[in-house]
Parts: sequence; C-alpha cells; structure tokens
Amino acid sequence: MHIGRDIVRIDGHAKVTGAARYVDDVRPDDCLYAATVRSTIAHGRIVSIDQDPAFDWSDVTLATAKDVPGENVVALMTDDQPVLADGVVRHVAEPVALVAAPTRDKALAAVRHVRVTYAPLDPLFDPEASEGSATRIFGEDNVFSRITIDHGDARGALAAGGTVIEGTYRVGLQEQLYIEPQGMIAIPRADGGMTLFGSMQCPYYIVKALTRVLGHDKLNVVQAATGGGFGGKEEYPSMVAAHAATLAVKTGKPVKLIYRRDEDLRATTKRHPAIMHYRTAVDPDTGKLLAADIRLLFDGGAYNTLSPVVLSRGVIHAMGPYACPNVRVEGRMVATHTPPNGAFRGFGAPQVMFAAERHMDRIARTLGRDPLELRRINLYRDGDVTPTGQRLHDVGGAEVVERAMAACEAPLPPSMHGTRPGGGGSAGRRAPGRGVAIAWHGCGFTGNGEAALKGKADVALEGDRVVVYTASTDIGQGTDTIFPSIVADVLGIDVERVRNADHDTGLVPDSGPTVASRTAMVVGQVVKRGAEKLLDALRAEVGGGPDDSFDALRAKRKTDAPLRVQSQYEDQGAIWDATTYQGEAYPTYGWSCVVVDLDVDLDTGEVLYRRLVQATDVGKALNPVLCSGQLEGGALQGLGYATCEEVVLDDQHGMINNRLTNYIIPTSLDAPEMVTELVEIPFEFGPFGAKGIGEIPHDVPAAAVAQAIEAAAGVVLDVLPMTPERVMTALEAKGPGRDA
Amino acid sequence: MKIDFELNGQAVSVEAAPMARLLDVLREDLRATGSKEGCGEGECGACTVLIEGRAVNACLVPTVQVAGHKVLTVEGLAQDDRLHPVQTAFLKYGGAQCGICTPGFLVAAAELLAEHPSPTRLQVREALAGNLCRCTGYQKIVDAVVAALSGEVEPAGAPGDADLDRASRTC
Repeated sequence: MHIGRDIVRIDGHAKVTGAARYVDDVRPDDCLYAATVRSTIAHGRIVSIDQDPAFDWSDVTLATAKDVPGENVVALMTDDQPVLADGVVRHVAEPVALVAAPTRDKALAAVRHVRVTYAPLDPLFDPEASEGSATRIFGEDNVFSRITIDHGDARGALAAGGTVIEGTYRVGLQEQLYIEPQGMIAIPRADGGMTLFGSMQCPYYIVKALTRVLGHDKLNVVQAATGGGFGGKEEYPSMVAAHAATLAVKTGKPVKLIYRRDEDLRATTKRHPAIMHYRTAVDPDTGKLLAADIRLLFDGGAYNTLSPVVLSRGVIHAMGPYACPNVRVEGRMVATHTPPNGAFRGFGAPQVMFAAERHMDRIARTLGRDPLELRRINLYRDGDVTPTGQRLHDVGGAEVVERAMAACEAPLPPSMHGTRPGGGGSAGRRAPGRGVAIAWHGCGFTGNGEAALKGKADVALEGDRVVVYTASTDIGQGTDTIFPSIVADVLGIDVERVRNADHDTGLVPDSGPTVASRTAMVVGQVVKRGAEKLLDALRAEVGGGPDDSFDALRAKRKTDAPLRVQSQYEDQGAIWDATTYQGEAYPTYGWSCVVVDLDVDLDTGEVLYRRLVQATDVGKALNPVLCSGQLEGGALQGLGYATCEEVVLDDQHGMINNRLTNYIIPTSLDAPEMVTELVEIPFEFGPFGAKGIGEIPHDVPAAAVAQAIEAAAGVVLDVLPMTPERVMTALEAKGPGRDA
Repeated sequence: MKIDFELNGQAVSVEAAPMARLLDVLREDLRATGSKEGCGEGECGACTVLIEGRAVNACLVPTVQVAGHKVLTVEGLAQDDRLHPVQTAFLKYGGAQCGICTPGFLVAAAELLAEHPSPTRLQVREALAGNLCRCTGYQKIVDAVVAALSGEVEPAGAPGDADLDRASRTC
C-alpha cells in the first residue's frame, strides 16, 4: 500500500539534483526574448506609440494591439480584458506593447525606447466610491458582481433582541510570491499550429484563451516544472501566453517571455483587498449567535478576471464555521483603476474569515466571555445548517479544536526576553500572547461546478507500466506523486510502475483547473475510478476472474497494445441554486484550528512568532509528509498576510514596493516552529476519504495572530497586515499603561 | 574576456564580459541551469552557489571574480550518482515542494554541513535565512537539514530504505 505512507515525491530526485526543467531552463533553437511595454498611468487614452529613432530596431520586433492575430481578449469569465491595451489603459502596468529581440538585454533596452504618449483621464481608486461613479470602468455601474445570501430573517432577528455587536474589518492586497516568476515559451509549429510551454496551473485555461487570441485551435499547452503558483498561475499565464504567441506569430520564431521580479510584482494579480462590515445579535446568556447582517466590499481592480467566483467563495464563508439561524450576506465586487486582482489560495475565504474571527473576538470582548469558549458554543456540528441551507456532514470542527489544544504547550511559556531568534535586534520588552482561530473551507468547486465541468482522467496500461493522463498539474503540492499512489493501490502494484503523463493538452483530457482544493479530492477520485475501470477493462479483455491480480490479468493478454480507459466526474446530485445562493455549496468542508504563540515587542511593535499549532481535518492524509508540508506552507503564507506582507500603491496606484527587498515574505528566522496534527474524518466521495487541503491553512492564521497580539499587548487590530507600524500606533494610542 | 574557473570539479573556460553575472554565465553559457533566478537582487537565494566553499548569490557576482576559483552548484552536490546527505534528507523529509528554491537551499545547507557538525535548529534557521521558500513554511527544510547533519539520514542507496532508493533512480 502507498496511500497513507510517506512515499518520496516522484519528481523529487529531479528537483534535488537540479535536473528538473522549469520554463527558463529551456531554450529552443533560434529563440527570441520578449519584454513588455507597460502603462505608466492608471487611466488614459493612448495617443501614440512611437519607436525612438535613435535606437537600433534592426533586429527587434514591436507588436501592439493591431498585431494580436485573432481577438484582442484574454478570454476568461467575461471578455473585458485585452491582450494589449487598445486605445485606453485602465491600470498602471497594463500591457501596451511587446518587443522581441535576439537577447534578453536587447529586449529590455528596446522597451525603454518605446515612447507611449497618453492623454490622462481621471482615475478611480476608492472601491467605496466605485459603484455608480461617473468614471466608468466596467459595465453600467462598475460592479463586477453582486451576490446576496438570505437565510432566515436576519434583519428581523437583529431588531428583535439580543446583544447587537457591530464591527468593520479591512484587509489589504497580498502577492502570491511564487519564487519562480511568470514565464512562457511560444513555439510556432511547421503545421501552422503553436506549442505553449511554461509555468502554469491550468493548461486548458490557456487553450481556451489562446484559441481566441490565435483564431485557431491548432495548439497544445505543456506545463513545465512550475516553481509555485498559489493561484497566481491560475489565470494570469493566459496573458503571458497570449503575449508570447502574438510575437511568435509576428516573427515566425520561438519566443520566450520571462517576467523579472519587479515586473511580476507590479503587473500580476493579487489577493483582493476587502472592507467587511459585520452586525450580529448574540444571546448574552448563552453566547449563541442569533442573527448576522454582513456586508462585503471587494476591490477587483480594473478587469473582471475571476473576481465573481472569489466573491462567491467570500460570501459563502463569511459567517465562519459557526451556526447562526438568521444570516444575510451582501457581497459586492467593484472595479477600480488598479491592477486586476485574481486567484490566490483561499480565494476570498482568508479575507472573510479574518473578519469573521475578529468579530467573534469582538463579541467575546463585549460579553466578557472567553473567545475559545464562545467559538465552541457556536461551532458547527454534524446536522447543522449553513447560510446556504446546506445540512453539514462529516464535520471535523470540534475534533480539530480538541486536537490543536492538546498539542499546545500549556500554559503559554514566559516571554523569551532579549533572545530574539538569531540573536539580533533589541533586547526589548516582550509580551507573550496566544491566539486561537478556527476555519472551515469548502473543498472543490462551488455548487454544481464539478457536475457541469465533468472533469476527466485517462488511465492506460502501456507495456508493464501504467500512465495517468490528467491536466491536473503538480505545482509543488504533489499531484505527480499522489495520482500514481492512488492508481498503484487500486491495481495492487508498485508505484514505481505508475507515472503521470506530461501535462500536455495534446495528450491529456480536461480534468479541470488545478485550483479550489479540488485536485486530490475531486480529480483524485476520478483517477481512482479510472484505475478501477482499467482493471475491469483488462479483466473483460482476457476473460479473467474477479480474484486475478492485475499482473495475472496482464500476463493473459494476447497483445502489447496500450489499453486506455477514460473516467469522468460522477455527479452526486448536488442541489444548488445559483440565483438564490441556496443549496449544497460544496461537496464537503475541511476544518482547521490554528494556535499561534508569539511575542509582541512593546518598543518596536514587531511580532515575533514562537510556535504555530494547526490541527486540520484532511479526510485522509494520502501522503502525510506532502499533506503536512502543504499545510505548513499555507500557514506561513497566512502569517505573512498577518504581519509583514503589504502591497504599497502610490498615488498613481502602481505597486512601489515591488521588490523582494521591500515586499517582505517570512524567512526561516521569521517562521515559527510548527506542529501539524492531521485529523481524518473521511469524506465518502473523496479517494480513500480525502478532503481538499490546499487552501484551508491560509484561512485563519492572521486571525489567530490578531487575537494573540490582543492577548499580549491589549491592543485591538482589525486590519491586515498588522505591520510593526500599525501595532506601534495602536500601542501608542493605548497610552502609558501599555505594558501588558 | 576569457575566464577560467572550476565548476563542480571540472575546469571550464568561458568567453564573457568581466561584469557578466555569474548566474547568467552558469545558466546561459555553461547550460548549468540548476541555479535559479527568483529576484535578481540577492534577496531570494535561489541562485546560491559556493565559491571556494562560501555561499553567495550568483546573481550578484561578476564572473571575473571567480577566475581561478572553485564554484559548486547543485549539479555538483551528488558524487558518482550518490546523493549528498542533504539531498537525501530533502527527499525523505519533504524539504522540496515546487523545487525552485531547492537548489539554493541545498547548496546553503551543504556549506553549513561542511562548517558546523551539530548546529541547533535555530542555527540552521539562521544559516538558511538568506533563502526564501514559499511552499514549505521551512519546517520540513529545517527538519531535513538537522537530520542530514546529525547523520540520521543515510545517503541514498543505503540498504533498507526502499523508498529513497527508488527515488534516486526515478526520473
């Protein structure tokens, strides 16, 4: 058996020896290098695009909107975003033109010699002023989407009694910061088609987008080894591919487009900022939630991208993992003249769950109750009903809390005075604090998304080996190890004989995108069913008996021809109404409890992490080391979101701290020691009981940190990130009695 | 100009501008693409190599500076197909996920192994603080380095560890 064991990742050897091929490691013969000319203003008309006559353009190709071979659109949900700005720019760093040259340096030099003249127009940056503004960005009213959940009678119940508690919570942008920047190579083929090879999560998104951009579908998209994604390589690679392909068509040569880090930070999608207003009624005697009226405002930036789906996940998760009979959630996703925001691990949930958890702390503070006790009173249990009317099953909420608390060092040890990890920094006054937060996270697509998509996987016997064909990419989370492990266990063979085929759309069916905590749980189950079908097909071919092993059946074959079967997602009959937002929002939910121990430096406002415990209901840990590794990485992104990652936009609303020197992600010294508890409450339709785990670890570390800061230093922060400056400001506002 | 140095035990000679970044010479001229570029300004450590045993960011080193010196990259860590203990430990403990930062971490850890036989976890964290990872949260990287340094992890191919043995032969 392989499932449940720490099988060494199949791509591991290539990755530890430097042999793995990422997009920038590949250089086709005769390859040109591309670079992008970007808007320097947030909103304006393009008057002219000129080439500096003093520059040597003899070996440089310039492309503008008119050179896009097919439609000038990055097809996703709506057709609002152009491949290259045509006449109007709507955000700083919007692509305006492209260059291709024989060397990277020449391409970068050429960009500096493209003169774009703009007639500036008034920009709109304030999301609260966006809806209905005379400055039009999107549609009739600048609203990308609007979703309301209405369950019970929230406003009536709020008026009827209980203690009414109100709060507003704000979160900023966050960058995915995959360590490998975006990159793509477009290779024109002799048959007139095109091959796209690059760093990506979702090969079929690029097929869909490039079919429109090229005006034909003679293309295949091939995933290179991909240096992290976290959502940042869900939809954005379609843009990179469209640019490389446009230049490849114009030059007839392979074109390689690799973003520099500063460019990647300035131009690519980020996590949506949000302003979230909560108004709740609570029974002061029992601590039970009676009603909630929640208003969410998300800033989508200048183009729609996947924002409506982000908002969808946001409104569904807005109540947090707590039962409440009367809930109204109104969500709006609006446009501003800022770079478009998009997919990022959690996809709307980390924003609302920060708000929901901070609001629980506010309720506890108001009622004088222990915050964990308040959470336990309201936490979902089996049979409870969510705001979408879904009756919950296999709920792991109570168990993850007990497991996390049992794994904590209790009580919190005294502060490590003067011993900053690494020995640097001031030997200042430190106040220790512990925070606890709880997450739920819907696994897979929302509603009937999976049933509509019908994700496919092929499993094939080829010689004495078995090959799994899916479009589900390995971006570090381990798909190229998990799928072969599943198949090996179904067939009863060694995993060494099973491998995933290259994620090449010329070879693999559309399994759906590698997103939404769905790959192991949803596609993994399709793969498992595929392996079972292969066994059935082999048995039928040779007339074998039910007890014959895979190899015994194989030995009876009269042919060496490959035997390939296709499996697809089987609908479990989810009932979902996308107009009322009522029904079974997700096939199942993951549950997690995060405990953060930290010190607040009372002289600098810095937060120093000591320990992070998370207990997470994963259904079944298919490969415990891969599973806990993904949870730990997600938790650290959550801590970065909490205290150090801040995207600073200047008055023209471009990112000005667009370097790794000043957009700060946690290092090994910033990260706490982590304890990861895997709780296994199986999901009936997941392979071997597995639930999705990709996103949940990012959901509530920031809320746990906020509660711990409050416990340590007595200051309440309802905003992310909680930078030293914000903590210090709060400490100063608290006044001289600030010593905890 | 012609610049001679030793790369992973082999004498190499390249024609390059003296100020050409060592990272570009390694990746583009010598096609040793194991060292990665994550930021180009010495912050992420994905391009970490050893020059005479010292970890440096190859994106910040003018190639002329390595003339006559020994350079070690991730490609030079394994000896005769036998993985370095740090490589084996990364496989066993899950130190690599997407893998883009892995070469830099392995090289930095190899320097630590050579210099400090038994560091604490905090010393490991300090030694690796110049390398950014976005996948692991560092926990399993620290686990791996501590295990490799304590000798807990046998080199790949050692009898009795079938999974690691297999991993060393796959791909």
